[in-house]
Amino acid sequence: MNRYFWILGAFAALVALLAVGLGLNPREVPSPLVGKPAPAFNLSVLATPDKTLGPKDMQGKVWLLNVWSSWCVSCRAEHPVLVEFSKNVDVPLVGLNYKEVRGDGNFDMSKMPADEEKKLAFQRAGQWLAQHGNPYTLTVMDIDGRVGIDYGVYGVPETYVIDKAGLIRMKHTGPISPDVLAQKIMPLLAELNK
Amino acid sequence: MKRRLRIALFIFASFFASTVAFADAATEAATAADPVAEKRLQKLSEELRCLVCQNQTIADSNAELAQDLRREVRTMIKDGKTDQEIVDFMVVRYGDFVLYRPPLKAITLLLWGGPVALMLLGLFILLRYLRRRATRINAEDQPLSADETSRADALLKEIEPK
Repeated sequence: MNRYFWILGAFAALVALLAVGLGLNPREVPSPLVGKPAPAFNLSVLATPDKTLGPKDMQGKVWLLNVWSSWCVSCRAEHPVLVEFSKNVDVPLVGLNYKEVRGDGNFDMSKMPADEEKKLAFQRAGQWLAQHGNPYTLTVMDIDGRVGIDYGVYGVPETYVIDKAGLIRMKHTGPISPDVLAQKIMPLLAELNK
Repeated sequence: MKRRLRIALFIFASFFASTVAFADAATEAATAADPVAEKRLQKLSEELRCLVCQNQTIADSNAELAQDLRREVRTMIKDGKTDQEIVDFMVVRYGDFVLYRPPLKAITLLLWGGPVALMLLGLFILLRYLRRRATRINAEDQPLSADETSRADALLKEIEPK
């Protein structure tokens, strides 16, 4: 009798282990960048292409970096949340426009010269923000996606919370829902801004 | 009629072939000239996971990100980076998940040790069972005691035809 309890217990433990494993979202890959300094970049600003911006310009502030693109469908879903956020919260929200032209998939990049891609990227990004509202304090243009690789971007949209010392404190992959904003991001911002 | 169809087919085929060749040339030309680098790229790509299509390596995957990461690896090979440096570059950005062979760490102990532990447990249970079975059989093989022999004789006599 005792022996059967033992076997049953082992089986229950195995089921519990597998149940936890199945409940995890494989798309949520923990970022090794959390707790590390935000990787440096120096990219052209969408509204003023002759000026550049990088994380060091944001030193001393708690800020958000949101990776987006006009071709990204999920970005459209989170956009109203960001617009609402920018109206109500006094935290800088920097947009990182990721592979605006080459990420689209509708262009033959082997036939497009770099300066034409750049022009088209600025034009498309500006147009999209004019159309859907602009929640960003500033948007910087990562035309070839090189900065995206430094930030470990693998599924747009992604959002990073960066603290006053320039450390990444949180990464969220996928669209920001009102729930994620209220339960994860807002409390963290409040704590960091204390 | 048949001729016209053939011409149309020919034009279509040559157009298709040319675009394919063009795309190939643009992306592969850089390292194709260097077979050693190409081989290293291939080997490294098979060790790295594409984070978009998670069960493919960046060698198998044709996702945008996989293409970008292959390009990154290619550049690093050209810059003379070692394999370890290239792998570290990926791990710093995407975490251990990017490795197709997870490293042995405290949190991967169950993953690496689990099968071995299960096999040892199985062996232990099997050996214990076999040992118990052997002693049981041994016990049954003991010669009968004097008391048991007389009882057996009595029983045999009972059923023996007279």
